[in-house]
Amino acid sequence: MHSKTFTILQKKKNQILELWLNNQLADEGLREDLISNQDLRASSEELVDVLVSSASDDNLENPESSDFDPVLEILAGVSMTRARQGFSPRETGLFVLGLKEALLTVLQEEMSDSPAELYTESLKISRLLDSFSIVTFETFIKGREDVILRQTDEIAEISTPVIRVWDGILALPIIGTLDSARTQVVMENLLQEIVETGSSIAILDISGVPAVDSLVAQHLIKTVSATRLMGAECIISGIRPEIAQTIVHLGIDLSSIITKATLASALRYAFSSLNLEVKKAIREKVSIR
Amino acid sequence: MEKIPILRMGPFLLVTIQVDLYDRLALTLESDLVQMVNKTGARGVLIDISAVAIVDSFMGRIIGNIASMSKILDAETVVVGMQPAVAITLIELGLPLKGVYTALNVERGMDLLKLKIQGSADHEEEEDDEDSAIYSE
Repeated sequence: MHSKTFTILQKKKNQILELWLNNQLADEGLREDLISNQDLRASSEELVDVLVSSASDDNLENPESSDFDPVLEILAGVSMTRARQGFSPRETGLFVLGLKEALLTVLQEEMSDSPAELYTESLKISRLLDSFSIVTFETFIKGREDVILRQTDEIAEISTPVIRVWDGILALPIIGTLDSARTQVVMENLLQEIVETGSSIAILDISGVPAVDSLVAQHLIKTVSATRLMGAECIISGIRPEIAQTIVHLGIDLSSIITKATLASALRYAFSSLNLEVKKAIREKVSIR
Repeated sequence: MEKIPILRMGPFLLVTIQVDLYDRLALTLESDLVQMVNKTGARGVLIDISAVAIVDSFMGRIIGNIASMSKILDAETVVVGMQPAVAITLIELGLPLKGVYTALNVERGMDLLKLKIQGSADHEEEEDDEDSAIYSE
């Protein structure tokens, strides 16, 4: 003899699915731009199928039961994809909570004659679905964190290019905040490139660094000193007026370092110390006529 | 006992460190080098550390000491060929080797030394222009 809830679940599967879908479609937060109706229907249908097939008399009261593992798997998959597609937490939450709504509505219709039973069964369903929604949220946030981690890695990778601007002159534009980890990467890249190209001048352009505090300045000084130890000269360029103000107010001594306001003036200095000369070619105008 | 050879090249002394520099060896090198500068009246010392992969604070100090001692004996010191990892280590140890000249390789180190003693011998003389090039737009 099956419990009544279980029987209702089996029997009214389609009705539950329709109710749930209607709930989702009626919600004004439905993101048709991110997920098509077919996809929504497919994933909802799959979830209801698996839920009904894995539910039994005993485990309805026990959300921790391993019988629900397939359900949790599907939920995790759905929320993970939603996190990547850029759904808001609210929209993802409504997905699961909409199912609860639908289940409760069906239960209410079926058990309207016995309020006491309805109450206990509703409580069970609520508990079950609440635990599902917690799982959904956990995976959703994990998915978002994965995205953030990947972006951090990408930024770290692309943000330290060493450019060979001229024979013997390297430039390194730094964009974003300089912390210890990044300084390490910047320093290693720069020194390696100095060895490989045999460059004698390196230009560190900090126009993309939003703020310079004493720690960042310390990192810059370290990089410059390391470059000097290698036998190359390091110029810091792209110092904005605000940054110059901060540096002086903080009492940081950069007098031992060659600093230039712009990359152009740093390059000019580099040319002159390599005895190079940049000239405008005088070209005679030849008229064909 | 193991010793690091000190070669004489005209007015300069050339030291190439090919082995791991342990403390005693470094101390021997320091005293040998100072003796040699005194004996030969060398004007410059070139230390090639391109084969050195590991440094500690002691070795950093020894290099600094050699430079200061040579300076007193009127010789300039140039350290050449430092590995990136070594440079980073020295900086992290807080030893920026102030007062030591550096160059990327032996060739440039020699040029630098020549420039230095030329500069001190004759201030009026202008630097060579052999490297100059013209970039046209």
